[in-house]
Amino acid sequence: MVRKDIPDYPTEPLKCWDEAKALRRKYYEDYLTAHEKGAIRWAGGAWSFSAIPDGLGDDVYCITSEPYGATIAFFKEFAMKCQEASEAAGYARDLCAYMRNYWGSALRDEYILADGRIVKGFPTPDFIWQDHICCSHAKWYQVLREIEKKVKGKDIPMYCIDVSVGSHIPNLHDELTDWRLEYVTRQLLDGIEWLEKVTGRRFDDKKMIDAIYNEMRSTSLWAEICVWNANVPAPLDEKSMYSLYVLGTLMKHKKECVDFYEKLLAEVKDRVRRGIAACPHERCRIITDTQPPWGFLSIFRYLEREYGCVSVGSLYTFGLIGMWEVKEDGSLGPKTVPPKSALKDRETAVRMYAEWMLNKPEWPHFFNPRVKSELIIKIAKQWKLDGVALHYNRGCEGLSVHITQNRLDILRAGIPVMAFEGNMGDEREFDMPRTLARFDMFMESLGLSKIKKE
Amino acid sequence: MVTAGIDLGARTVKAVIMDGSKVLAKAITITGFEQKQSAEEALNAALKQAGISRKDLAGLVATGVGRKVCLEPPISADREVTEVTAAAMGAVSVHPAARTVIDVGAEEGRALRCDEKGAVKDFVINERCAAGAGTFVEAMARALEVRLEDMGPLALKSTRTIPMNAQCTVFAESEVVTLIHERTPKEDIAKAITDSMAARIASMVRRVGIEKDVVLIGGVAKNVAFVEALKKELATDIVVPPEPEYVGALGAALLAAKKE
Repeated sequence: MVRKDIPDYPTEPLKCWDEAKALRRKYYEDYLTAHEKGAIRWAGGAWSFSAIPDGLGDDVYCITSEPYGATIAFFKEFAMKCQEASEAAGYARDLCAYMRNYWGSALRDEYILADGRIVKGFPTPDFIWQDHICCSHAKWYQVLREIEKKVKGKDIPMYCIDVSVGSHIPNLHDELTDWRLEYVTRQLLDGIEWLEKVTGRRFDDKKMIDAIYNEMRSTSLWAEICVWNANVPAPLDEKSMYSLYVLGTLMKHKKECVDFYEKLLAEVKDRVRRGIAACPHERCRIITDTQPPWGFLSIFRYLEREYGCVSVGSLYTFGLIGMWEVKEDGSLGPKTVPPKSALKDRETAVRMYAEWMLNKPEWPHFFNPRVKSELIIKIAKQWKLDGVALHYNRGCEGLSVHITQNRLDILRAGIPVMAFEGNMGDEREFDMPRTLARFDMFMESLGLSKIKKE
Repeated sequence: MVTAGIDLGARTVKAVIMDGSKVLAKAITITGFEQKQSAEEALNAALKQAGISRKDLAGLVATGVGRKVCLEPPISADREVTEVTAAAMGAVSVHPAARTVIDVGAEEGRALRCDEKGAVKDFVINERCAAGAGTFVEAMARALEVRLEDMGPLALKSTRTIPMNAQCTVFAESEVVTLIHERTPKEDIAKAITDSMAARIASMVRRVGIEKDVVLIGGVAKNVAFVEALKKELATDIVVPPEPEYVGALGAALLAAKKE
């Protein structure tokens, strides 16, 4: 229930905020300068089985494609140049906006760092390690290979894992059968041999197992952090969560990520204990679903400032990095991390890793509207939401395809819902005044009026 | 209690003065570029008609796309409400059985479901382009070289159905130009335009769900061909209140009598 009065909770900045920013800056710089140190760099999606290439050594740096596309989107001037470059090369405007931004960066032979600095020379990966989770993911790198071949004459080896077996969350939907798991595990084991062949390095199973364990911990920790955000007032808001979850999209398999999420979890628990709110006037709670329009995140601040409405997360932040399970009481909770000793050898560890990854709750939203609706409704109850805002994201067909159905399902469950149009990475398809006007209408329909300023 | 509502729309400003549930006066002006001046003109005209002055108003609420300028002097509205809130309240006041309200103005088309008190339960708004809104008809009337108010009666003369596929005003206009060059009679083109707009609005209404009674408000409700086409598309009766363009301002005036 929305509050009619205007609460005044204590608030304060996150203590670990600067560390999150520094980690992200270092990530992009490390990738850029990897070759100067004789290190390896690879490219692939934020969804990829990123722990596996770590078996090649400690000096292996990756760049994940979607966060890079989102980083470009945040810097609108550079994003426009990248989109124009992609369109000039013949790629259609209705393709994945992240992908078009990424290709544009390669076509322009320019690389943008986390702070917006643009450097000449797109850092070509030594190999591509990808998985095909949607209609774009394999094509993304097929085209990148063509671009790099054309621009620099380089032939980048590529390995793409087929994960068409889908994903599941135990006790929530679907079953992970042995043959589904076997199909993905075998591809990963073959992939290890492929990695040795294309890099000429000997694969170290222990390093891979360490990375797999890190990834299990970091993704479970992130889910636990999200669970704590079910508290009223919420200790975190969605806009800030984007700067925190992103570390999982970049380096979920690295110890730095685990260490950071442990620190963040401790701080979030402390904020809850002391009643520290992300939004001091929290009186209404919502979530969103897919990627936001990255160049226009100020919509979240508008809702907080004008209405005391805090978005406590999204399916994207919860489900892309968080790994979940349904607990005995029926609630969603962080997936239990197995003891490290269970990851006893290459084959066992890879199988357990495949099983872990095939739990990713964001995944089925590409192919099953019912699963997405059920998850939103479950979250709405557990996180005490007053409404849901769905993004008709023209930049990601895969995650927007069922929104009309989701909207109806959520309404039938008695939860107010609105939809707004936009694009996660292409500002030409986002209309800020109209979007805010729609949010105004939604807030009014929830019974909220604007907070009067002194 | 005498209150007022101002609906500052993209094309026109409407002002309504009420005493309780009785309408004392109403006025309309073209919005133009100087929105504040237009709003002031509409309000002053309504006040003059009612024989009262601004200080006699116990409450004033603004709605419409340009409502924010009404919060500033000289109008100094007490507060603003969004178009859907005003539309629901206004529609239920003129037709108490209204549960689905379709509001088609110059800039936007909206559909909402509401309860018996005029509280919004769900709403949808047309996509970003102008197709499905009054501006679309206005642009098409220009292309056909007919007056806007003649579009409806002209379209009713046609018995043909010509599908129009374009979704945005720019592309739709090029379809209309093609039809003109093919020497298609004007009434057939006018019907194609209203049919196309009705189809888009109907699609939006179906998204929000139809719950009787269905009430159509906004300036486009005065287009008789559009109303007929929409009834056909939705396969339901549609109530068009007298002076449908004033319903938003009326809702705002009623809300002015209520505590926030």
